[in-house]
Amino acid sequence: MIWGDLIERGCKWLSRAMRVVVMTIALSLGTSVIEAYAEVSQPVFPSARGEQCVEPVDIMRRDHFEFLKHQRDKTVREGIRTPRHSLAGCIDCHADKDAQGRFVPVNAKGQFCQSCHVYAAVKIDCFSCHAARPSERVSQSP
Amino acid sequence: MDMKNSSPRRTFFTQASAGVALLALAPGVRLVDLALARAQDEPASAAQRWGLLVDVDRCVSGCDACVSACNTEHGLGDSERPQTDAQWIRKVDLVDHNTGRQLSLPLMCQHCEEPPCVDVCPTGASFRRADGIVLVDKHTCIGCRYCMMACPYKARSFIHEDLTGQKTHAPRGKGAVESCTLCVHRVDRDESPACVEACTDAGREALVFGDINDRNDPLATQLAETTTRELRADLKLNTAVRYRGL
Ligand code: SF4
Ligand code: SF4
Repeated sequence: MIWGDLIERGCKWLSRAMRVVVMTIALSLGTSVIEAYAEVSQPVFPSARGEQCVEPVDIMRRDHFEFLKHQRDKTVREGIRTPRHSLAGCIDCHADKDAQGRFVPVNAKGQFCQSCHVYAAVKIDCFSCHAARPSERVSQSP
Repeated sequence: MDMKNSSPRRTFFTQASAGVALLALAPGVRLVDLALARAQDEPASAAQRWGLLVDVDRCVSGCDACVSACNTEHGLGDSERPQTDAQWIRKVDLVDHNTGRQLSLPLMCQHCEEPPCVDVCPTGASFRRADGIVLVDKHTCIGCRYCMMACPYKARSFIHEDLTGQKTHAPRGKGAVESCTLCVHRVDRDESPACVEACTDAGREALVFGDINDRNDPLATQLAETTTRELRADLKLNTAVRYRGL
């Protein structure tokens, strides 16, 4: 019993000590952490080409993956290649060009897909297999 | 439907929103939708069964026009590790030791009607499309490679390392298995596979592509009128790739 009490008191003391240490560190870093947090702003990305998106923007923001996934199964399994909800279609409109007029991958830093996904902390897995630039056919168009 | 003379086509980004699907490139600009056998929003159908005829008498040792065309079309084989590069078509040279007769032929996925790769796949990633093309849905493939073990023709490859520079029409990546797709992206726009086109361009015409089910199709006609055979016919897989002169 005595040992039990001692251990319990020891643990409490330790946890109090830890809290003091953490508080001290937090206080010294505090202001900068809060500042950094406040600085997280809305993602900024290049504007898309084409006149308007295939769906309203607020729906696309939330549900683009639903459209992509549905289309992916239709394309792979059934050979339906309508461009409306195809990933290639997204890239054709949303890939930006650099100063030399070359397409920049949509998953490069600051680009359309990447900037939002970094903001939302969601990893994009598409581009380990899929091309992140428009196809050669589209690249040749102005 | 003319498989061999279809013109190259381009998709423009603006058309996705405009609702116009595809345009042919000048000269002879036309709306492709009018010429497509199957509308873009129509699923592949069991009315067709796409197949290939390999005329072994026309194929020559040393020619790899089909293999290179396949590699270029799908972006295969440009890594610095040729040992592990994917091979969708392999050229096989054969010698009959009794007679000394030498043969050379391309070997690829035979697009079996009863595909063992599909039977063994634990995830449903390996599948047979309604029109007979056997594919891997890489979104569901877990890279277990059961299908590679099951395929009697060693037609499949596993991707061991990260890839870059994939083509838009041929997504490929580490950890998934892949094989000849019969150029499904080209078939879906009424073109023949890249290998068939390359063989014809090389002046050999050893490959004929077409619809086995369509009695008027040049492929079906040749299958009906000449003796062809399946590789490992004893397995009763009813392959869509047939060989003549073997
Ligand atoms: S040849 Fe091999 S990979 Fe192709 S369908 Fe038959 S078993 Fe599957
Ligand atoms: S490697 Fe992929 S396609 Fe092949 S059996 Fe395994 S899950 Fe299926």
